[in-house]
Amino acid sequence: MAKIKLALYWASSCGGCEIAQLQIGEKLLKLIDAADIVFWPVAIDVKYKDVEAMPEKSIDVCLFNGAIRTSEQEHMAKMLRDKSKTMISYGACANYGGIPGLGNLYNREMIFNRAYLETQSTDNEKGVTPQTSIDVPEGKLSLPEFFDTVRSLPQTVDVDYIIPGCPPEEKTTWLALEALIQNKLPPKGSIISHNVKAVCDDCPRTKNEKKVKKFYRPFEIEPDQEVCLLEQGILCAGVATAGGCGAMCLKANMPCTGCYGPVKGVTDQGAHFLSAVASIIDSTDPEEIASIIDDIADPAGTFYRYSLPDSLLRRAKVS
Amino acid sequence: MSWEPRIVGFLCSWCSYRGADLAGTSRIPSAPNVKVIKVPCSTRVEPAFVIKAFQSGADGVLILGCHPGDCHYIEGNYKTMRRVPLLKKMLKQFGIEEERVRLDWVSASEGEKYASVVNEMTEKVRELGPFKANNGEGQHGKN
Ligand code: SF4
Ligand code: SF4
Ligand code: SF4
Ligand code: FES
Repeated sequence: MAKIKLALYWASSCGGCEIAQLQIGEKLLKLIDAADIVFWPVAIDVKYKDVEAMPEKSIDVCLFNGAIRTSEQEHMAKMLRDKSKTMISYGACANYGGIPGLGNLYNREMIFNRAYLETQSTDNEKGVTPQTSIDVPEGKLSLPEFFDTVRSLPQTVDVDYIIPGCPPEEKTTWLALEALIQNKLPPKGSIISHNVKAVCDDCPRTKNEKKVKKFYRPFEIEPDQEVCLLEQGILCAGVATAGGCGAMCLKANMPCTGCYGPVKGVTDQGAHFLSAVASIIDSTDPEEIASIIDDIADPAGTFYRYSLPDSLLRRAKVS
Repeated sequence: MSWEPRIVGFLCSWCSYRGADLAGTSRIPSAPNVKVIKVPCSTRVEPAFVIKAFQSGADGVLILGCHPGDCHYIEGNYKTMRRVPLLKKMLKQFGIEEERVRLDWVSASEGEKYASVVNEMTEKVRELGPFKANNGEGQHGKN
């Protein structure tokens, strides 16, 4: 059987998804038996122009991680879509915008000001911020455009499959790669993951009635190892998040932050999480409710940790 | 044409919707800016409904339910009472001023109150001006 032609690429990402792909360990050898890797900037030296020269649909599968934050990333996403028969969105950043997507609470100007002018460690007397082009004696130099709004991969190009996680767990990655090697990919549009409704369903903690008078950030409390974290006032996204990871974070005594994306049937993960959190507040007195809510320092960043660009509002309106 | 505030009103069918009805039958004048959606209980109004209203072009959202203690489903409006302030706090981070969302209690006999809440809300939203969700469309989602 002819080998599968596989491309792997990163856009606005942290590199963690590459680590996750490498972490499949010796299974990587099985992958390499079945697939020729034609493009993978982290591991092999293939240039952009080589990819440009590849005929349309000559790549069988592209695993794409990272969100779309710049014009260069958008260009690469479109090019790889054209060159690939199957486009797989890999990891929360590509799937829903992920951590870089939280930049959608701001715009380019605010982000540049913060990063290049205001941070305490910055020394930038001339107030230089990235420009898309500059004339120098040797000619014109250019940089990609930094967008105001981060987009997910499915908001940018047509995507065939989603592999959830930040980064996807080894077993999730292998589920997809094995299906790929055996040519048994599920119907287009599927999320490739172990089929578990919510993280709570995988969570070994004991669950009782949830009633909370105070919310804590993880560093403010040493949580009980056995009891549901939400019951202890720690914002745990397990109720609003699709299962499949095996409740990894909960086993490490940390709350779920939502990386596997919304539970099936829910479009807006953050709104769902918010609703679950509000419902456990133990008070019928508006003033007390207000003071309990005060404990939640950053609702948008907590409820939409990985999914802001994919949410109904997609971004904040900034004036 | 001059701009008029567009407000989505979610009214619980047991109390507030009847209060609105009473305002109408008693001919108590109220601003025509609220588009009413009847819901079985104020707690039926999921946060996503409010967000969806703003995404779809609303300038404000009004949620009206039975007075605390009077919810037909006993606990429903208490849930609403917890949910709405948290939602407002979060929406503020999205650039949606807190006054664009209002939760209040209107019973079936409070036609007057219905009219005054609607009028106040309409004036408040008029002061704030139009809200247009920026869905990151257009030239790189410039604001
Ligand atoms: S999904 Fe997580 S691990 Fe992957 S690139 Fe994004 S932040 Fe990094
Ligand atoms: S809310 Fe979190 S801690 Fe509680 S059962 Fe669900 S996943 Fe476990
Ligand atoms: S517990 Fe939640 S945050 Fe942790 S890996 Fe699973 S889905 Fe992701
Ligand atoms: S029935 Fe009116 S608020 Fe619940």
